[in-house]
Amino acid sequence: MARRENPEINAGSMADIAFLLLIFFLVTTTMNVDSGISKKLSEKPPEDYVPPIIKEKNIFEVNLNFRNELQVEGERMEIEDLKDAAIAFIDNGGGEGKIEEGVKTGPCTYCKGERSESSSDHPNKAIISVQSDRGTEYGTYLKVQNELLRAYTVLRNRLSQERYGMSFDKLEEAYKDDRNNEALKKKVEDIKTAYPQIISDAEPTSSN
Amino acid sequence: MSKFRKKKKGMPAVNTASLPDIVFMLLFFFMVTTTMRETELQVENPRLPSATEVKKLEHKSLVSTIYVGKAKDIKYGDSYNRIQLNDKIATADDVPAFIINERSKVSEAEVPFMTTSIKADIESNVGTITDIRLKLRDVNALKISYSASKGDGN
Repeated sequence: MARRENPEINAGSMADIAFLLLIFFLVTTTMNVDSGISKKLSEKPPEDYVPPIIKEKNIFEVNLNFRNELQVEGERMEIEDLKDAAIAFIDNGGGEGKIEEGVKTGPCTYCKGERSESSSDHPNKAIISVQSDRGTEYGTYLKVQNELLRAYTVLRNRLSQERYGMSFDKLEEAYKDDRNNEALKKKVEDIKTAYPQIISDAEPTSSN
Repeated sequence: MSKFRKKKKGMPAVNTASLPDIVFMLLFFFMVTTTMRETELQVENPRLPSATEVKKLEHKSLVSTIYVGKAKDIKYGDSYNRIQLNDKIATADDVPAFIINERSKVSEAEVPFMTTSIKADIESNVGTITDIRLKLRDVNALKISYSASKGDGN
């Protein structure tokens, strides 16, 4: 009688294990979120639009040729060095800032650059102009854009750390979590106006 | 006493009562992780460049995607500059119509928040991207995002 008895493995907790696994995967898998470098295009200029005259020293010229070679301000450069060169240019602060609605922004008080006469006046005047060739590879082009954005991130983080004791990334994150916080909004705007991202794309050349 | 000894004999069958649980678990897992693609890719899945300064795209319904890459169908040639809109290969001239069509799907108040995501292969040419960009500017679709994966950038 007792010989036939099949002792069954208790499977009552199997469901629990399964649910545990399910929850584990639910928590750990990140859904494939689209991410990318965001950019805002400039609006189409009217027919009779005359571009303002910008001083040569306020333009940081970045050229990319169809062989994916980089040239900055007339000299060849490796992509690795681009970030530092861009930082030096933006943060130069050699003169007065631009006049916004009749209010002078004055010289850049937070810049830590060389204040050289031959480089940019103020971060809000410093324009980075990227000119590429139609044959340039998109991967290289985006790498250059990324390096330039990184330069701005470094500067913004530095200023934010000095003024508010936390990096700009953290500041923005905090603002994202709390959209109604006016104080945070002001801080974010403040840093953004201190180092505005002015990257323009020039009409690409076509070599062939 | 003898009762205890006798229990050792006999092979107990593995209980399969929890098999449905496991199957359901797998089902849920795949349901969660699979992102549905509304359009079938006509170009080879673009090898996205990697970048450090990426931002996540929010509000999926407000994003229209343009693919650029090598066409799967050989009749379109083997360059990495084919543009896919919706589910067919198109040219840059078709971009405005595509954007206007996308706009009609959302309410008017949300139109300014629409973003165009450009998913281009790393070997695509800047010329193609510029053509798209100029067309986007013509129809005032000014928010764009160059799709890139988060990486160390080098």
